[in-house]
Amino acid sequence: MKILNLAKQAILVPAGIQDADIEKIMGRLLGPSVDAADIYFQSSHSESWVMEGGIIKEGSHSIEQGVGVRAVSGEKTGFAYSDRIELPVLLEAANNVRAIGRQGQDAQIGLIHAANSVQYYPVANPLKSLGEQQKIDLLRQVDAETRKLDHRIEEVIISLSGVHETILVANQDGSLAADIRPLVRMNVSVIVVENGRREQGSMGGGGRSDYNYFVDLNRALEYGREAVRQALVNLEAQEAPAGNMTVVLGSGWPGILLHEAIGHGLEGDFNRKGTSAFSGRVGERVASDLCTVVDDGTLPGRRGSLSIDDEGTPTENTVLIENGILKGYMQDKLNARLMGVKSTGNGRRESYASLPMPRMTNTYMLAGKHNPEEIIKSVKKGLYAKNFAGGQVDITSGKFVFSASEAYLIENGKITRPVKGATLIGNGPDVLTKVSMVGSDLALDSGVGSCGKEGQSVPVGVGQPTLKIDGITVGGTSV
Amino acid sequence: MQNQQEVNRLKDIVQNLLDEAKQQGATAAEAGLSQEDGLSVSVRLGDVETIEHHCSQGLGITVYFGQRKGSASTTDLSLASIKETVSAACSIARYTSEDEYAGLPEQALLATHFPDLDLNHPWAISADEAIALAIECEDVARNYDVEITNSEGASVNTHQGIHVLGNSLGFLEGSLTTRHSLSCSVLAQRGESMQRDYWYSVARNANNLEAAVEVGKKAAQRTLRRLEGRSLSTRQCPVLYSAEIASGLLSSFVGAISGGSLYRKSSFLLNALDTQVFPEFVHIHEQPHLKGALGSSAYDNEGVATQARDLVTDGILRSYVLGSYSARKLGLHSTGNAGGVRNLTIDPGVLDFDSLLKQMDTGLLVTELMGQGVNILTGDYSRGAAGFWVENGQIQYPVEEITIAGNLKDMLRNIVAIGGDVDYRGNVRTGSILVERMSIAGQ
Repeated sequence: MKILNLAKQAILVPAGIQDADIEKIMGRLLGPSVDAADIYFQSSHSESWVMEGGIIKEGSHSIEQGVGVRAVSGEKTGFAYSDRIELPVLLEAANNVRAIGRQGQDAQIGLIHAANSVQYYPVANPLKSLGEQQKIDLLRQVDAETRKLDHRIEEVIISLSGVHETILVANQDGSLAADIRPLVRMNVSVIVVENGRREQGSMGGGGRSDYNYFVDLNRALEYGREAVRQALVNLEAQEAPAGNMTVVLGSGWPGILLHEAIGHGLEGDFNRKGTSAFSGRVGERVASDLCTVVDDGTLPGRRGSLSIDDEGTPTENTVLIENGILKGYMQDKLNARLMGVKSTGNGRRESYASLPMPRMTNTYMLAGKHNPEEIIKSVKKGLYAKNFAGGQVDITSGKFVFSASEAYLIENGKITRPVKGATLIGNGPDVLTKVSMVGSDLALDSGVGSCGKEGQSVPVGVGQPTLKIDGITVGGTSV
Repeated sequence: MQNQQEVNRLKDIVQNLLDEAKQQGATAAEAGLSQEDGLSVSVRLGDVETIEHHCSQGLGITVYFGQRKGSASTTDLSLASIKETVSAACSIARYTSEDEYAGLPEQALLATHFPDLDLNHPWAISADEAIALAIECEDVARNYDVEITNSEGASVNTHQGIHVLGNSLGFLEGSLTTRHSLSCSVLAQRGESMQRDYWYSVARNANNLEAAVEVGKKAAQRTLRRLEGRSLSTRQCPVLYSAEIASGLLSSFVGAISGGSLYRKSSFLLNALDTQVFPEFVHIHEQPHLKGALGSSAYDNEGVATQARDLVTDGILRSYVLGSYSARKLGLHSTGNAGGVRNLTIDPGVLDFDSLLKQMDTGLLVTELMGQGVNILTGDYSRGAAGFWVENGQIQYPVEEITIAGNLKDMLRNIVAIGGDVDYRGNVRTGSILVERMSIAGQ
């Protein structure tokens, strides 16, 4: 109950909204043919600091708050939102929204307060976890230490940001659930120059934690070292090869492969509508038997984790692919109901101003049994892609791309020279069937992922062990 | 919906913000406020899917204490919230560093003339009418061919926004703008091959939207032509960027000549001013005062007057794209581009689309690009692509699961032709662009 009370204190009390008011709005939303409805209150405080050119250049603070009301009748959704948390405004929004169903009387609703069974992150405000001067000192320290690393460093840009978000969601069954979500992120990017050639490198991380995350284990300094290392590798990089070849993907962030190639295609909405290349394929083989892939919102402190999703459903560890066989999809309430299954706790929304949809949390492949060195050794000629920028997928054709930011040639079982960022392109339903070796070194990304879908961005995590794929198209310039 | 009175009310709030900043000790300040209303409906398989009522607002302020700066924003426009937001910005400015380049724009560059750019045309369409229009559009697409087997639906959106900008140099201006759109996306299937594509129309004035039947028809045609796409073998060949995606090439060019990339020296066009960046027949200019256009505005995001100007003439780079901060960093003056370029236009060539195919003879027509894969610092370019293989100036078959790669510096220099088939929908207006040679990776 503690979280619910904190959330009410943060959002409802200042707005003068009582339980009875929520019951009234919900009653208004629930017209005769409305199957489901929710009211989503959100209050989000965020800040960001940027150090560049050796000075603290930018600082900003932002408060975003509002309410979204939704009514669902069959496959139809009515939705309205307001930045003003005021009863008359919300009743009017509810009136607009219930028009999605038939006309009729208001329903009677009694609120039940739902307690979260488990909480996967601390509730304390990360923005207050360090004093302002301590934040500045942290940035300055990382800047100074990073600049010392190599004489070829020309510029260092460091950003630090934090979000403290509180949500309350009331459902048509009268349940009222709450969550308090911290999120912090730090990024270091560097530009190096040698003999007139300029390259960049960047590294960051974070999670549902507070700023001490970056002080612990000297993570922040490690970001600087890693950014510099990548930039220096890029100074040496030659043209990438072009064509179909064996590719070894590194562990951790290269798990973006799973996110793009199969994750989006396994979201419930696309599968209910039959628009995904994976539609209707539950029970079929979609990967080699070495592959088991899950979406897990329950990992403590991870960027993609949630104690409850944005519809109030507790998150789960959902098995998507088990030993190569497609097991199921990621669902929100609407799509689960229409497909006759249960929500998997994947109903997420960017904010009160957008509708929830099935979205990923932390998507990763479980470890296999091969030693990563063994995997490299098994490749006569190919590409080792250690790190990636972003990716994209067309869920209908199944085609996906992702762009390597650090890659090397493999020649006769050895990693040889670095090559410039090449784009990899493949077909989602095929690519995992070509996985012939899976490493024992499962790692999750450092906490930098954001996923966009229909214009809504949400934080996510990805991960995988080192993987060998027998044949994927590499888009270099060296033909 | 909203009118000049409302603009004046919001101007008062912005003035309050600026006054409050002064009260709290700021030596200079800039504030902006936006309010947007709108309706979005989507239909799928002939029935309503969503009806969304939009109504949002937000304000932001940047304060300066000498050369130190702080910013804050909020969605709450109450008086109490204004005070808090200003004090949050002021408190941040205590911790940021002196930055000799920080500050408001030069007073002399601020806009003083505010011509009516014909940007405000509210669309009095009810939810029921919007639904009917979307259904009409989707029906055309769904009934276009038996191979159109499924749909992601059609949608109608209408938005009106008020944006007010003010600063402590006395600039205080508001504008009312509207934006309406109609879009449709359908799926086609033939055997194992399933494809999806879309078409949309967007305009300031709903009367200028393409007809629903046209949008539906194009969505269906674009989807059908992709069926049974295949990969290509790895090769080098000419690449024709179709007009609707060619704007991406120009956007990368603009990214490389933008102040932020230049003063950070993270551009492949460093020191390229007055040098040959494109072939001689290329002319690129900005037209910020075009009536009714999507990118039009009399002033930029800092209040600096925008003006029609040449960026490239005879293939030579004539000007950068600068806001006040980056201009000062570079020892130059703002070009009125805080927030980007406005109605960037590359002079169309004489060849229509079919003539461009003939000129290319054999090569790749690209109609879709995927992924990031563009490095503005180095110019390295490698993106996922889909399109059509062309021989003897004729489209042969659809291709997919390939990448196209090159270096932007060479690609811009090696543009062979620009089509007359201009896509006017976006802020960047261009015809199709033919690039002499790129690397294609496939199976």
